Amino acid sequence: MTVVLEVENLSKSFGGIKANNNISFRASSGEIIGIIGPNGAGKSTLFDLITGYTKPDSGGVKFNGKSILNLRPDLISSLGIGRTFQKLKPFLDQTLLENVIIGALATGINLNQARDKALEMIDFVDLIDKRHYFAKELSTGQRKRLELARAMATEPKLLMMDEVTGGVDQKTVPGLVELIKKLNKLGVTILTIEHNMRVIMDISHKILALDQGKKIIFDKPKNVQLNEKVIDAYLGVVNATTS
Amino acid sequence: MTIEIIIQAIISGLLMGFIYALIAAGLSLIFGLMGIVNFAHGEHLMLSMFSSFWLWTLLGLDPIISIPITMLILAISGILTHYLLIRYILKAKMIVQICATFGLSVFLRSLAQFLWTPDFRNVGNPLLEGRLEIAGIFIGQPQFYASLVCLLSFLLLYLFVNKSETGLALQATAQDRKAAETLGINSNKMFALGWALGLSCVSIAGTMMSNFFFIFPDVGVHFALFAFVAVALGGFGSIIGCLIAGIIIGLVESLGGLLIDPSYKLLYVFLIYLIVVIYRPQGLFGR
Repeated sequence: MTVVLEVENLSKSFGGIKANNNISFRASSGEIIGIIGPNGAGKSTLFDLITGYTKPDSGGVKFNGKSILNLRPDLISSLGIGRTFQKLKPFLDQTLLENVIIGALATGINLNQARDKALEMIDFVDLIDKRHYFAKELSTGQRKRLELARAMATEPKLLMMDEVTGGVDQKTVPGLVELIKKLNKLGVTILTIEHNMRVIMDISHKILALDQGKKIIFDKPKNVQLNEKVIDAYLGVVNATTS
Repeated sequence: MTIEIIIQAIISGLLMGFIYALIAAGLSLIFGLMGIVNFAHGEHLMLSMFSSFWLWTLLGLDPIISIPITMLILAISGILTHYLLIRYILKAKMIVQICATFGLSVFLRSLAQFLWTPDFRNVGNPLLEGRLEIAGIFIGQPQFYASLVCLLSFLLLYLFVNKSETGLALQATAQDRKAAETLGINSNKMFALGWALGLSCVSIAGTMMSNFFFIFPDVGVHFALFAFVAVALGGFGSIIGCLIAGIIIGLVESLGGLLIDPSYKLLYVFLIYLIVVIYRPQGLFGR
């Protein structure tokens, strides 16, 4: 499989805190890579470093074999990297349709074509009935779908999703999981940060586990589940809490 | 006092209201896009009036003809303002932003006084002069056409922002810069465009006003104050709010001057403004 994303020894410190410390991993075409770790492990910082919002202290990021280090976020996006946010960022004063049209326009098509494309994406995320609703009128789960539709409208080759199932009620989770699988079947490589262990183990081909900015393991889900450091840092806490 | 005089005052107020609205729209667009209040807005109006004056004096171009040139001059000035000053203070504290644009206003006004002296100037014998009489109501032609051009420009601005691809990108950047960038929108370019559009609006109003207003380095101060009131009254960042607020200001100024006392017409405007900001701080159409 072709390597889509290559992260090499990426490091970033804020003051004295090493948010990311020599992180390396690769994502191949069509894979779903899950990223796990307790709060403060450096997951969102890693996303910011890859998408150009934060400049790394050292290390490199390659997308489709070319370095995207020090490129502006909009240029990185136009190369084919889409992103959703942990703290949702819909354009609240615009309708769902307008939100997705803005995404579709990024592919260089005209307004009419963008409208058609947007409707297709809104249908894909099962929100066609809500297309004329303002984003501020949508529920959290619907806003997550909006962000997915908007990111998908940019036709990304790599989609980075920050806690898609976070903050939504349990009934909404299976629908979002199905949606991620549907996206992946379209051939989109996915990087997803998740706290929901059932979800991440179910959908991921590989998992990158982080703790205090360091990579603990990057392997298949079943191996990650058995890793002692992961259990100590994360799964153990979850299991302990659950039991 | 006859009904004709009251109608005359209402029409005069409306005509000035459309001009105030366009000036305020420029200010509101810049604020709505990047959250920066341009305290040099009045000085940009002054620059457009001087541009119009010099194009008439040196090249014999009437203001109505020189509108595209003054628009271009002010649009370039807006882009330069963004790239040479604003982009360095985008993430700075508000006090830094205030000092920067206020400093720019002092600089531009002083520069105008240095280059052109504080003398009052005017465009003599413009194409638009005299008055129109409709059913016993007299309307100055320069004011009438200035309002018409401002209203048309306002509608074009509204359509551009709400119906064009670039307008959607502008709105997206205004609402969430980071989200817009993930969709391939270059926010820095959008900010520069915002300044170009904002100052183009003020240049149209300034050029048309150079037909019937004296031109001097301090001329923008009064209009900038009204623009700030219109933006706060209409709601920060709301373009439609600027139109309604511009009309309210024009009418209050004109009718207040007629019905109460013309010496206090500014007071009536600021009184309305105070009432609105006390009871509805986000303005009439603010978010």
